[in-house]
Amino acid sequence: MSDLIKQDKETTVIQNPWAFLREHTEARIGLGRTGVSIPTNHLLDFQLAHAQAQDAVHLPLDTQHVVDQLNKISVNINLLSNTDTSELFQDGYSPILLHSQAVNRVTYLQRPDLGRRLDSNSCKLLSKSIDQTRVPYDLSIVIVDGLSSLAIKENAVNYIQILSHALAKDKNQWKLAPITIVHQGRVAIGDEVGEILKAKMTLVLIGERPGLSSPDSLGLYLTYNPKVGLTDANRNCISNVRSDGLSYEEAVKKTMYLLKEARRLELSGVNLKDRTSDDTLENSINNENFLIK
Amino acid sequence: MVAAVSKIMRNQELIMVAKKCPIVTSFNNTIGLEGHLSTRLQPNHPTDDMMGIASSMLDGLLYANGDAVIGINPATDNVEQSIKLINLMNDVINKYEIPTQSCVLTHVTNTIEAINKKAPVDLVFQSIGGTQATNTSFGVNLNILKEAHDAALSLNRGSVGNNVMYFETGQGSSLSANANFGLDQQTCEVRAYAVAKEFDPLLVNTVVGFIGPEYLFDGKEITRAGLEDHFCGKLLGLPMGCDICYTNHADADQNDMDNLLTLLGVAGCNFIMGIPGSDDIMLNYQTTSFHDALYARRVLNLDPAPEFKLWLEKMEIFKDANNYILNDDIPKSFSASLQKVIGN
Repeated sequence: MSDLIKQDKETTVIQNPWAFLREHTEARIGLGRTGVSIPTNHLLDFQLAHAQAQDAVHLPLDTQHVVDQLNKISVNINLLSNTDTSELFQDGYSPILLHSQAVNRVTYLQRPDLGRRLDSNSCKLLSKSIDQTRVPYDLSIVIVDGLSSLAIKENAVNYIQILSHALAKDKNQWKLAPITIVHQGRVAIGDEVGEILKAKMTLVLIGERPGLSSPDSLGLYLTYNPKVGLTDANRNCISNVRSDGLSYEEAVKKTMYLLKEARRLELSGVNLKDRTSDDTLENSINNENFLIK
Repeated sequence: MVAAVSKIMRNQELIMVAKKCPIVTSFNNTIGLEGHLSTRLQPNHPTDDMMGIASSMLDGLLYANGDAVIGINPATDNVEQSIKLINLMNDVINKYEIPTQSCVLTHVTNTIEAINKKAPVDLVFQSIGGTQATNTSFGVNLNILKEAHDAALSLNRGSVGNNVMYFETGQGSSLSANANFGLDQQTCEVRAYAVAKEFDPLLVNTVVGFIGPEYLFDGKEITRAGLEDHFCGKLLGLPMGCDICYTNHADADQNDMDNLLTLLGVAGCNFIMGIPGSDDIMLNYQTTSFHDALYARRVLNLDPAPEFKLWLEKMEIFKDANNYILNDDIPKSFSASLQKVIGN
C-alpha cells in the first residue's frame, strides 16, 4: 500500500489514501489530519461554506425576479385540457404579494408563531383577490421565502412551470387559486392563505434550512383542507428539490401523485403514504458495498 | 423536580454532579464506563447511496469512530430501503468482526416491520417527547414502544448485554409541536427521559442544537441546554449522549461546539456523534467530526468502549491505542477492499 500513502513532510499533513472515495459522496471524507486536527485548507473550506449558508438565511427574497419569471411562464395551449388552467398560465401570471406577522428576519427566527400568520394587510388583500365565480379552488400554490430565499429564486418558478404542464394534462380539472408569494413565512402560513382563499388544498413551496453543501434546497408541503391550527401530521412533504438534489421532473411526479391521492381520499398527512418512492429508490440506488467484497 | 433543580445550578455544578452519575449499558460492547467516551458513526447520504454510505463508514472506522453505534438516518420512510441499510451495516460489522451495533433511525413501526421480515436489527430507534401530544405528533405511544422493545429483545442479538433501544430527544420538541401545555422546554425534556427510562435504552441522545434558534437561539443557549440535558438524564439513570450540533440559521459555529464537547467530556458524557468533517449532507446541520472525538480523547484521556479499543488495536487502526495515535498507514484488512475499488 506504500504507493497509496502520500505524506507531505513539508506541511506535516497526513493524507488519507482513501480520499479518492470523495468522488462517490459529497461528505467530507478523507480530509487527512495534522496530528488529530483537520488540515487548514479543509478548515477554511468549511468556514467559507458555513458563511455562505448563513448568508442564505439572511438574504432577502428577490421578489421582482420571481414575479418576472412567473410572468414569462408559458404553457403550450394545446396541452391544456381545461380552460381554467389555461386562463391562468397562457399569458404568464402575476402573483399576490403577502407578508407574515414577523416584521423582520430576527423576529422571524425567534418567533415561529408570527411566521405562521399573515399580517392584517395581507389578509385584506387576499380576501379581495378571490374570484367568486371560480371558488372553490382546487389548489392554491403558495411561495414562501422560509429559511432560504435563494431556494425560491433558483427553483420555484422552474418547478411551477413543469407542474403547470402536469396539471394541465391531468384528466381531472384543476382550478387554481391566484399564486401568492409570502415574505418571512413558515410552512403553516399556507394554511391561512388556503383558508382565506377557500382552496381545497395548498401546496407550499418554501426555502429549506440551508446546509453547508446545499444553500438552495426547496421544500414542498401539501395540505388538504387547509385551515389555521393544523400541524405537520396533516401535511405531506417533498424535500431537497434543487439542481443537485431531487430533480424538478421527479418532484412534479411525486407532487401529482400526492395531489391526486389527496383529492381522492380527501385527506393529507400521515394517512397519505407516498408510494412513488418504492420504485424510484430501487432504480437510483447504487448497490455497491465495496467494504464487503 | 430534576428539571427544576437543573435551572438553579451553574454550569460547573451540572458538570460536577453528572460526573458522579456514570450509567453503564451494553449490547455488543460496554458503553458509559468512567473515563470512556463513545461515538456514533453517522454515515448519512441524501439518497442512501450504498457507495457513499460505505465510504463514510470506512472514513469513520479508520478514524476510530463507531463504538456507540453505526447509525444511519435514511433518506426515506421506505421499509425495504431500511432493511437494505440494516443489512449493509450488518455485513460490515460481521466481516470485520466489529464489536459494535447498528441502527437505522427510521420510525419505530418501520423497525417492527423490518424485524417481522427477519432483518438483522440490533437497536430500535425512536424520537420521543415529554407529553402524550408530542409523542402523538411523532406517531408513537408507550404501547408501540413496548411492542418494539419486546420485538428487539426477542432477537437476542446482543453479545454483551441486552439494552436494545436508542432514543433521541431535544428541548423545544413539545413547544414546536404546540404540545407543551404551558410547560417550559426543560420540564418537557425531562418528562421525555421518563419515557426512555421505561425501556432500558442503550443510548439516549439529546440532539441539542438541531431544533434551531427558534428554541435555542445561539451557541450560549445550546451549550447551557446540552449541560442541563446531560445532567438531568444522568440523574435519572439514563445513558446520556449528546449530538453537539447547530444549524445554519442559529448564531453558532464550530468553536461553540468545541467548547460544549470539552465540557461534556469533562462531565462524563457517554457518547457523541462522529461525522465526516462535521457536515451532515443528509440532515443539513453540523455536528462533531471524527477528528473532534480524537481531540476529546487526547485532551481528556477518554477511552473508547473497551471491546472496541481492543478491536482498534487488533485491526491496527490505532498505532498506539493508549495515546490515541492513529496508524499513518492503511490497515491491511481494509486496504484489500480499497484496492478493489481502485481496480474498478
